[in-house]
Amino acid sequence: MTDRRGFLRLAAGAGGASLLAACRPILLDVSRLNDWVGEKVLFSPRRLARQYDVSERTAHLPSYFISPTTPMLKDPAAWRLRVDGLVRRPQELSLDDLRAMPRTSYTVKHHCVEGWSAIATWHGVPVSAVAERCEMLPGARYVRFDSFDSGYSNGWDLASAMHPQTILAYGMNDNPLPVAHGAPLRLYSPTKLGYKMTKYLVSMTFTADRPGGYWEDQGYPWFGGV
Amino acid sequence: MAVAPPPPPPAPPGPPGPPGPKAPAVKRHHWIVRLTHWTTFVSLLGMIMSGLQIYSAYARFGERGGPYYYNAFQDRQFPAFSRLGGWLAGALNWHFAFMWPFITGGLLYLSYLAYSGEWRSLLFRPRDIRGAIEMQKYYLRLRKDHPPQGKHNPLQKLAYTFIVVLGALSVLTGFAIYKPTQLSWLTALFGGFQAARYWHFWAVWIFTGFLVVHVILVFVVDPPSLRAMITGWYRGRFPSHD
Repeated sequence: MTDRRGFLRLAAGAGGASLLAACRPILLDVSRLNDWVGEKVLFSPRRLARQYDVSERTAHLPSYFISPTTPMLKDPAAWRLRVDGLVRRPQELSLDDLRAMPRTSYTVKHHCVEGWSAIATWHGVPVSAVAERCEMLPGARYVRFDSFDSGYSNGWDLASAMHPQTILAYGMNDNPLPVAHGAPLRLYSPTKLGYKMTKYLVSMTFTADRPGGYWEDQGYPWFGGV
Repeated sequence: MAVAPPPPPPAPPGPPGPPGPKAPAVKRHHWIVRLTHWTTFVSLLGMIMSGLQIYSAYARFGERGGPYYYNAFQDRQFPAFSRLGGWLAGALNWHFAFMWPFITGGLLYLSYLAYSGEWRSLLFRPRDIRGAIEMQKYYLRLRKDHPPQGKHNPLQKLAYTFIVVLGALSVLTGFAIYKPTQLSWLTALFGGFQAARYWHFWAVWIFTGFLVVHVILVFVVDPPSLRAMITGWYRGRFPSHD
């Protein structure tokens, strides 16, 4: 016997689901509007995130990557960060090159889009110093960060990337950056949600057009600022 | 076989005012009040449902590693029918989309109250405390006659003032969670990022409690007030209150 009630329930559910699905383009447009408000109204290029004492560090910071196993380099000594795109002098920077550049350290709160937060110390070189070294061209409006974690990437607005607390981190909690947290180099900033901070970096590209990103392309807010 | 019809039920004892369709129709709610009432209802429902989906992503409150705030729903999920968005990204987009009609509706409503002077019949002030006690006595049957009142009785004023304050607090705790670095002063005001999440979650239950009591009171005490909130015209037991 046909289960008419079950069929009707299914039909109503499918109707509701397709109605909600029809809202998706509108929701994504509103999300772009919220990105604009986040970037142009609420974000300040000069406001610094609060810093904490090292004694307030969280014992265990969760780690995430999209590869099935922890992404690792076969030959760490051969690793270089490629900096190119709209720059006058493209770069191939080794970890030693980066360590020789101006160093920034801070102990800040990490905000995950899921709702958890944790405190850790990060050490690295400001992205703005790298931009200066490669002589970024005036047409650059965005930065694209790529990784060796199964193609994970992020696109950033230039103002957030040039924020004094946005760094390419090679150290965490007074130690070299652990493999679980993006070794050898990751992006870090206390003004962004965790998913915006690309780990396992391989390249940094200055662009005129807005780059997408792994989670951003699936519907997560593009700006992702906190 | 003929059956005698049951005797008509006795008229319910209540405050004065002719019941039924013969009651004079009075204009009760301006269109701005009606519009903002229903946009608030829809957007609040959407924000609560998408909020419950967002909650699923990390169902506890407190810094990583604890200690965690008391929460009867820790590590639990709410039933699928009560959640909106399907997954975290979808829920966030719904939540941040409903934010616009919720805030716009609230500001439009408050501007209307300020402009029209109607805030006088809605804002609960210290001088309403005595009246609120008398009204509570009436509801508890410690007092026989309905105390005289204006458009709203003091307990209604208390409820409608409180709910506007709760709405404002929900928006403020929401922004404290949304931009804890850019609006760090606001986040600090609520005791930090995790505390702000906690208060934001509490607001859901107070809103839900209000909604349940509000709807029950409409249907038990004054069903014609529902039509008044749709058409603006009221034909119920309390016309003198206008």
